[in-house]
Amino acid sequence: MRSTKNVVLSVLLFCASVAAWEGLVRLFEVPAFILPAPSQVALALWRGFSSGLYLQHLSHTLLETMLGFIAGSALGLILGTAVALSRPVEFFLYPYIVMFQSLPKVALAPLIVVWFGLGLTSKVINAALIAFFPLLVNTMVGLRSADEERVSLMRSLAASERQIFWMLRLPNSLPFVMAGLDVAMIFALIGAIVAEFVGAQKGLGMLIQSMNFNMDVSGQFSILLILSVVGLLLNRGVMMIRKRVLFWDPSEKERIDQERVSA
Amino acid sequence: MATEAISVQHLSKLYATRDGGVAALERISFSIEEGAFVAVVGPSGCGKSTLLKILAGLLAPSGGNASLRGTVIQGPRRDIGVVFQAPVLFPWRTVLDNVLLPIDVQGQGRDRFLAAAKDLLALVGLREFERRYPWELSGGMQQRVAITRALIHDPAMLLMDEPFGALDAMTREHMNLELQRIWTEKKKTVFFITHSIPEAVFLADRVLVMTPRPGRIVDDLAIKLPRPRPLDLMTTPEFGAYTRHIRALFNVKGGLDA
Repeated sequence: MRSTKNVVLSVLLFCASVAAWEGLVRLFEVPAFILPAPSQVALALWRGFSSGLYLQHLSHTLLETMLGFIAGSALGLILGTAVALSRPVEFFLYPYIVMFQSLPKVALAPLIVVWFGLGLTSKVINAALIAFFPLLVNTMVGLRSADEERVSLMRSLAASERQIFWMLRLPNSLPFVMAGLDVAMIFALIGAIVAEFVGAQKGLGMLIQSMNFNMDVSGQFSILLILSVVGLLLNRGVMMIRKRVLFWDPSEKERIDQERVSA
Repeated sequence: MATEAISVQHLSKLYATRDGGVAALERISFSIEEGAFVAVVGPSGCGKSTLLKILAGLLAPSGGNASLRGTVIQGPRRDIGVVFQAPVLFPWRTVLDNVLLPIDVQGQGRDRFLAAAKDLLALVGLREFERRYPWELSGGMQQRVAITRALIHDPAMLLMDEPFGALDAMTREHMNLELQRIWTEKKKTVFFITHSIPEAVFLADRVLVMTPRPGRIVDDLAIKLPRPRPLDLMTTPEFGAYTRHIRALFNVKGGLDA
């Protein structure tokens, strides 16, 4: 798909849509507090970055997201491993984990802010709570999905359960774990923003709230734009790590080959 | 008296089913002398894989006993090498690392076995592939890696469960020649399971013929063909006589379904 012709076409399509948006807003004199024109969004973006305001809040949100991602992933990995390895843990703990997961965690954010304050901690905890579940499920499934024949081979070599875990089950679970990290990264960003909505002194989520209060819709659009770009970059980052770790995974190889073919 | 490599007495294995049980093996007895190449041939479901799993220590028998080199099998042991139908390689390990897997498991220290691994890879013609990953290799090459892995810790015997069953006919013939060459060089006891009659006759000193329901050995046939055996041997009348004899046993006892 990625021929020069198509790239040019794609850029043209983008420009045409933005121009149409601009034109329609001007033609029908849509008020800026309902739908701002792209030029106004661009202006807000420029002002925000040149004053240093956006960068300050962006870096704070990124910090919350990364810390939440790391804490949540670690929790998911540990719990997932415990559930996969121990039937008692699965029996006694897993039902509660599923119950907790089926709860809309956005609804927990106000409580967490009450408990942990308006600062960094409550955001990190909220991000971690939302991010941990995909890791837990994927680690659990990954550790249990080791091929029976490979397990037989290890047993025929008189390998201990511990060796089967480290030499077979763990590397075998990596494709699943990486898929979990993919999802967790975006979930952590959502968790951080939601907690900022509820109560914060810094961060892009807080900034959206205060702009909404001032009816600065262009500003809100500019931040939504930043958030989607940040989400994309974070996702790309995880994908890069994944490619390096999973160079041996056939499904990963297929994806790489496909990208090579289309490039 | 030379110790027997494998000795099996009145070995039975019952699988529990809803209506009682199925006898995968019924009072099987045989013994194999050290250094022999013995093939077991039989249709699917005749219990030959069950037999191999018991010898590998992966399954416990329901009755009777099996011993390797004079000691009763009570679980997996380190003086055997097993080759399965699929190569069962670990995709995250290079060819060399796959070959060294038994050494890692047995905690023997790689240094002492590195040279041996390279020699074995050279023996199967894969010396220049040691840094490659399994998915870069063809099916036949992967199975040769699996055989190398089974040999690395210098086991006294090889248990092979239809190792070439998944390969195409031409690769399979080539692998038969390779295996004969490796066996001539290494002089291990080989216990080789197959459902191909010509393959069994071509490779083995002795062919045990099994029939299903219940799994029994119906014949124990010595193959007196000179070695090394070329592929042309398969077209000779002597070879044909052996295969006809075995096939006739299946026609009486219920045909091959493979």
